[in-house]
Amino acid sequence: MAENPVNVQAGSAPRPGPPLWLLLELTYRCPLHCAFCYNPTDFARTTAELDTDEWLRVLREARALGAVQLGLSGGEPLARDDLEPIVTEAHRLGFYTNLITSGVGLTEARLKALKQGGLDHIQLSFQDSTQKMNDFLSSTRTFDLKSKVAALIKQYDYPMVLNVVLHRLNIDHVEEILEMALKLGADYVELANTQYYGWAWHNREQLLPSLHQVRRAEQTMQRFRERVGRQMQIYFVVPDYFERRPKACMNGLGSIFLTIAPDGTALPCHAARMLPGLQFPNVRGASIREIWYDSASFNHFRGDEWMKEPCRSCPEKTRDFGGCRCQAYLLTGDAANADPVCDLSPHHHLVTEAVARADRPEPASPRPAAEEKPLVFRSPRNSSTLFP
Amino acid sequence: MNAPLIDATSRPQVGRGFRLQWEAAQNAHVLLYPEGMIKLNGSAGEILKRCDGATTIADITADLERVFAASNLTDDVMRFVTMALEKKWLRIP
Repeated sequence: MAENPVNVQAGSAPRPGPPLWLLLELTYRCPLHCAFCYNPTDFARTTAELDTDEWLRVLREARALGAVQLGLSGGEPLARDDLEPIVTEAHRLGFYTNLITSGVGLTEARLKALKQGGLDHIQLSFQDSTQKMNDFLSSTRTFDLKSKVAALIKQYDYPMVLNVVLHRLNIDHVEEILEMALKLGADYVELANTQYYGWAWHNREQLLPSLHQVRRAEQTMQRFRERVGRQMQIYFVVPDYFERRPKACMNGLGSIFLTIAPDGTALPCHAARMLPGLQFPNVRGASIREIWYDSASFNHFRGDEWMKEPCRSCPEKTRDFGGCRCQAYLLTGDAANADPVCDLSPHHHLVTEAVARADRPEPASPRPAAEEKPLVFRSPRNSSTLFP
Repeated sequence: MNAPLIDATSRPQVGRGFRLQWEAAQNAHVLLYPEGMIKLNGSAGEILKRCDGATTIADITADLERVFAASNLTDDVMRFVTMALEKKWLRIP
């Protein structure tokens, strides 16, 4: 990617390049109720979604700044009945359009219209390889439907990209998951370990796998990869709780990623709304240009002026930007601290203790034992209960 | 699975899931794919934009030699197409 000349503004934040990657969370409505969802647990408070014209304006303004990758997500983006005009306009503007979906609601009629509108790519999520676990983890009955949708995606000549979120309750099924993916004719499989934000954070103790589980899954995946070769490409990223250096989250907040939440709130990452003390702008009240280049909240975590030790004097700060601000906030209470995944962080023990707690006998059934806290599924009702 | 064997009569086209376009903000041809963008140098862009699934490698090469007043580009084009097939930027329909 081209490097942009760094201009120093009145403040200390370096002027970034364009928001190359735009993620539209079109709605928080979703037919699934996944316990590992990263959406905010207070999503039921979100009321008025942007209307079609407002989304189209966001697309035009972001594209004019140089945005080129478009993710259409949610919630379930197919819950919006104007997904087709949104995709059509995005394609006309020159975005690479990627639909990130559970597949629920993807009828042949809609897929045909999306294809005609120029949809480039579809990423289909699966919760597990077995109907029982898939339906339990998403608290719904969708496995058969998803298998049909997978066939439809191939029929319309899209690469078949499966995304399976891994965690304690399904990570031991990696082999079955990959067999299923092969049977469905998947071209790419992303084994995405749960990241602990939103509902997943709320359910972290039930979802965090043990180190043993992670290593075993990695070995299984490696054997499978050797067996099938290039026919199906498998991505597996070790969950950051088991690493000693943090992920370069969002390539640094405010450097390339721009998320627009269903109500029009502009965020430098889809989880950033939780960060305290920052007033994120809304596209109803400001242009994308003003939001990206001029708003205080987008400038806040640019550069390294905000960093504390050990990050500030760390030679690795230009590589990982101190890790994830949301994870720092969730674990330590201060978003400017080093991501505790880093073993140089004075708070690293918070991560190793969570990992140590995960080293307990694995449940024989997906239903947690009576003494364990139950999983709280993502639903408007549970959201309203947590945030009355 | 190895990349398919190609010769001068093969008619490559941009791979499934990839999209090639001129990107003014980058002042370059780019190849877009899920969650990524490859900024192409001049010659890569010129080759790829001729890969329409109908034109043979021989014709692509001849066109490049004409437009850029060059000769003996066959090996360069073949090498690039082979690499691009390997990376799935291109496919043989």
